[in-house]
Amino acid sequence: MDILLDSFFQRALAGGIMIGLTAPLIGIFLVLRRLSMIGDTLSHVSIAGVALGMLINIYPLGMGLVFALAASFAIEKLRKEYKTYAELSIAIIMSAGIALATLFFSLGKGFNVSVSGYLFGNIYTLDKVDLMMVAGVTVITVLFVLLNYKEMFLLFFDEEAAAVSGLPIRFYNVAVTMLTALVISVSIKIVGALLVSSLVTIPVAASLRLAKSFKHSIILVVVCSELAVILGLTAAALFDLAAGASVVLLLIAFLLCTFLVKRKIRV
Amino acid sequence: MDTGFLNKAEQVLCHDPVISIEDLCFSYEGTRVIQGLNYVAQERDFVALAGSNGAGKSTLLKMIVGLLKPGSGRIRLFGTPVQEFRDWHRVGYVPQKSNFNPLFPATVREVVTSGLYNRGTMFRRIGATEHRKCNAALEALDIAALADRKIGQLSGGQQQRVFLARALVGNPELLILDEPTVGVDVETQESFFQLLTHLHQHHHLTFLMVTHDREMIESTMGKDPAHVAGKLKFYVKHTHAPMDCDVEDVSHGGGTR
Repeated sequence: MDILLDSFFQRALAGGIMIGLTAPLIGIFLVLRRLSMIGDTLSHVSIAGVALGMLINIYPLGMGLVFALAASFAIEKLRKEYKTYAELSIAIIMSAGIALATLFFSLGKGFNVSVSGYLFGNIYTLDKVDLMMVAGVTVITVLFVLLNYKEMFLLFFDEEAAAVSGLPIRFYNVAVTMLTALVISVSIKIVGALLVSSLVTIPVAASLRLAKSFKHSIILVVVCSELAVILGLTAAALFDLAAGASVVLLLIAFLLCTFLVKRKIRV
Repeated sequence: MDTGFLNKAEQVLCHDPVISIEDLCFSYEGTRVIQGLNYVAQERDFVALAGSNGAGKSTLLKMIVGLLKPGSGRIRLFGTPVQEFRDWHRVGYVPQKSNFNPLFPATVREVVTSGLYNRGTMFRRIGATEHRKCNAALEALDIAALADRKIGQLSGGQQQRVFLARALVGNPELLILDEPTVGVDVETQESFFQLLTHLHQHHHLTFLMVTHDREMIESTMGKDPAHVAGKLKFYVKHTHAPMDCDVEDVSHGGGTR
């Protein structure tokens, strides 16, 4: 039990709780816009940035963030180029990210070990700077969603109606993509690049099944992901399990529960 | 109103113009879709816009609401060039039914209230006034009982009423409808048109509706279009009926069903 009092665990928990709030909050908008896979793409591009950062000795998470932001703009641009194939832009950028990451890995053979920390997540290496980054992104994201909640509802429900109401559609589209890049890139150290998109999508998948309204679905999505983060990280610390994997498996368990609950209500 | 042999300068209007289109052209990937269109819709017109696929109906609609830039020419809304127009609360919009994601977790109340959101309400909280307006619109369209249901669980006709309520909740002067009856059964369509007719006759509203429904057009607006431009046909019914509906709020429309 002592491990729960250690400062590295508490840092991990603080980081996890913040990501548990922001990732699904952005996720709900991405899923409703049928962009669930954007999380995977941005996280792979982030890894390329992290690898480059290690190669040229610049703060890796920061470099990952820059890469993710650039990728998010590239996706928006490609989305316009291939209007009816939104998923194509995501696939293209994903391949570019993986290719770049592989290239940088092969150039810097020495750092394979620390890269794996980003691929699979290593929440216990979260330092003060990382935590500050996560906190900054959390504040920005939560403020943005709180201030623009009703406009985002209209935009994601019916983009044309939002445009007719005179809302600045482009601003919101770019802002949401940028926020996604921010959230994804600071999350990779916590759950790992390979699992990051699960924090963005699975809580949403679970809450969409139970939600009675849009407001309700936002509350549910945050509750669900926070429960998974707190229980998952605690279990991982106590039983010496992989932190990211524990959180994600708990999320999947929650999702399965919603199927059972739903059936019970129906019968 | 026959404007056939009057040119636009001489055209006599008994009401103020709501939408004025001057020498409008638009090309899409090298093909001229709209060529030199001139048209004026005045207050209390009910304009039905018809034409085959590719005639430019949706394109025109998108230019009128500022989603697309004209290739050349001018569009004015209530006298203001559309690119400078800011009073979007004066315009209500009913989308194609198929345009929304039926699994979106939104209640009827949330959807109808969203009709009040615009540039002017950004960063503002929704308060008692908005809730009252929403309730009034729900009552008027006879969907108050559905307020807390999810939009995806409703029938096509009920969804149509929800979208009409959303368009009317802000008390607009111009209502734009984009093929609102596609995919809705005949009976529901009829009661929907009755509702629109009532709103047209007894309230201060101007309508622009894109539709494929020949029968509705011919029964309410006659066989001949008032204006033809390329493949676009404008059927118009103008009214001078007294705006005598006992309820001031335009979202009222329950008298006919």
